[in-house]
Amino acid sequence: MIRLTGIERTFTVGDEQVHALRAVTMQIARGEYLSIMGPSGSGKSTLLNILGLLDRPNAGSYELDQRDVTGLSDDELARVRREKIGFVFQFFHLVPRLTAAENIELPMVLSGVDPAERAPRLGQLLAEYGLTERSGHRPDQLSGGQCQRVAIARAMSMRPGVILADEPTGNLDRHTGQEVMSVLERLHENGGTVIVVTHDPEIGARSQRRLRMIDGAVASDEKG
Amino acid sequence: MRFADLLGFAWQVVLGYRSRTLLILLAMGIGVAAVVTVTALGEGARLYVVRQFGSLGTNLVIVLPGRSETSGSMPGVLIGKTPRDLTIDDALALKRSHAIRRFAPLIVGAGDVRSGSRRRETPVLGSTPELMDIRSMELASGRFLPAGDPRHSQPVCVIGTKVAGELFGNRQALGDWVRIGDRRFRIIGILAAQGESLGFNTDEIVIVPLAAAQALFNTESLFRILVEAKSRDQIADAKADVEEIIRLRHEGEKDITVITQDAVLATFDRILRALTLTVGGIAAISLAVAGILIMNVMLIAVTQRKREIGLLKALGATGRQIQMAFFTESAMLALGGAAVGVAAGEFGRSIISQIYPAIPFEAPWWALVAAPVTAVVTGILFTVAPARRAARLDPVQALSRR
Ligand SMILES: Nc1ncnc2c1ncn2[C@@H]1O[C@H](COP(=O)(O)OP(=O)(O)O)[C@@H](O)[C@H]1O
Ligand SMILES: [Mg+2]
Repeated sequence: MIRLTGIERTFTVGDEQVHALRAVTMQIARGEYLSIMGPSGSGKSTLLNILGLLDRPNAGSYELDQRDVTGLSDDELARVRREKIGFVFQFFHLVPRLTAAENIELPMVLSGVDPAERAPRLGQLLAEYGLTERSGHRPDQLSGGQCQRVAIARAMSMRPGVILADEPTGNLDRHTGQEVMSVLERLHENGGTVIVVTHDPEIGARSQRRLRMIDGAVASDEKG
Repeated sequence: MRFADLLGFAWQVVLGYRSRTLLILLAMGIGVAAVVTVTALGEGARLYVVRQFGSLGTNLVIVLPGRSETSGSMPGVLIGKTPRDLTIDDALALKRSHAIRRFAPLIVGAGDVRSGSRRRETPVLGSTPELMDIRSMELASGRFLPAGDPRHSQPVCVIGTKVAGELFGNRQALGDWVRIGDRRFRIIGILAAQGESLGFNTDEIVIVPLAAAQALFNTESLFRILVEAKSRDQIADAKADVEEIIRLRHEGEKDITVITQDAVLATFDRILRALTLTVGGIAAISLAVAGILIMNVMLIAVTQRKREIGLLKALGATGRQIQMAFFTESAMLALGGAAVGVAAGEFGRSIISQIYPAIPFEAPWWALVAAPVTAVVTGILFTVAPARRAARLDPVQALSRR
């Protein structure tokens, strides 16, 4: 359960103030499937970063699972992020020197999960995302779709309640993009909250709730 | 993050950036190897000198004619004609001291030693039976000089193994006769092989009774008197007694020099230790250079791996974890470099040891501990700035393609 109230985010570029988010107020229920659309520069990524606790708003408050996370310290934010949020990026962001399996395992390693507990979870994730045969490959030996599946598996490894995806299909061809979207949708079907930023109206249309942003503000919010 | 995982993560980085790893291993290795080798040289020199003095015998006090102005300076320079000679009677007077266990007057000269057609020039020592215990000599066969009044002598001698070999070959030397100058001496003992000991190779000397040496070299004066104190605590008393007894005999004049092994040894020990520390310290500067290299390499790594750091943060890594990852990495590199350095240093040391087998080159334990510790501490210290920079990185910016 996410509740944003009056979120503002401004950047200072030279002498100019760029208003990336203006008075964003909204609620996202647990298990919702939400797409965020809008022109480039409208604040979609900024909103996602704030939802993912990677960035802090200049004003407003953010409540995640009945807890106000606006004033938390960096380390506390890191801990909340680790447990509750999974990120999927447009450019995959896999660690190039690590294998697919090691990349997927990374959040569990950072959280200090026992290796004995890690192994079965890793095997399960590899199987679930069709990566078992690729587990020992490094990112440069994987296709774009496989990379994004590794990234999604990694985002899921700590079983977070919320998955945030910033243009996850932006770097993939149409067919692979569809495939990745169905993987994300499966997460939603299993009860996860999925929030996807996208350019592609066709992809946006698949979600049950569609947010449209213009110039840092929420222009429309449609359901159904 | 578990420690094993931290190590594993750093290990992946170390393996992942091979040329960088090799560069740091090389720089750290050279620094540590320099410290190990250089201190091994210094320590070797120190041990060499200490052992040379040790081989002189224990609780030794050396009396030589002539006044030396600065105690502790090399005394040998002052032999030669001095105001008053040291005589056998001077030596015998030392019996009065209670601090002295035994003493041996010594005359040294070069003698032409012959047996049949074979001949050899060797140092000839004239002394008394006490010499054997004072200098901790050992016999291979026979016995040492006979006891008796040192003013009278029998025509006997004790020879070093090398002299025996060269004059007699495989023949039995013990009991045979040799000629030294125009006198004949019966060989009553052969020294065990002992090697070099502060200027004398005991394998290459001939020892005759004191009075015989006086006659051979036509001199009354002693080269020096070796005195052994009763115990380590009585060395100072023995020294004072010697000075007082001889002063009284020499009409109140202090015209001898008394050196205690301890004082000379302590001086050498101090000088050589300081020298070792100094050169070791200079060599350690190369470790600082290696540290600066690590810092630069790490700063580059923070820039290069900016995206990765941003990602780790997005995945829930705290600033501390990021710092720890960098520290582990540099500690691992520094330790690796130290291991390479210690191995290379030991290798260099063993090569030098083969060239100079007499000198016990050996890196002192403190250098073997200090060099790797310095390497790791330098590595970590110089990683503080890069690691903090990494920890402070804004994940959003780090992840963006801007
Ligand atoms: N770190 C930043 N520094 C300065 N301006 C920024 C920064 N991040 C975003 N912006 C600005 O904020 C606005 C919204 O950006 P963003 O959220 O990335 O848009 P979108 O993802 O919808 O394309 C843009 O005008 C962008 O230039
Ligand atoms: Mg964007």
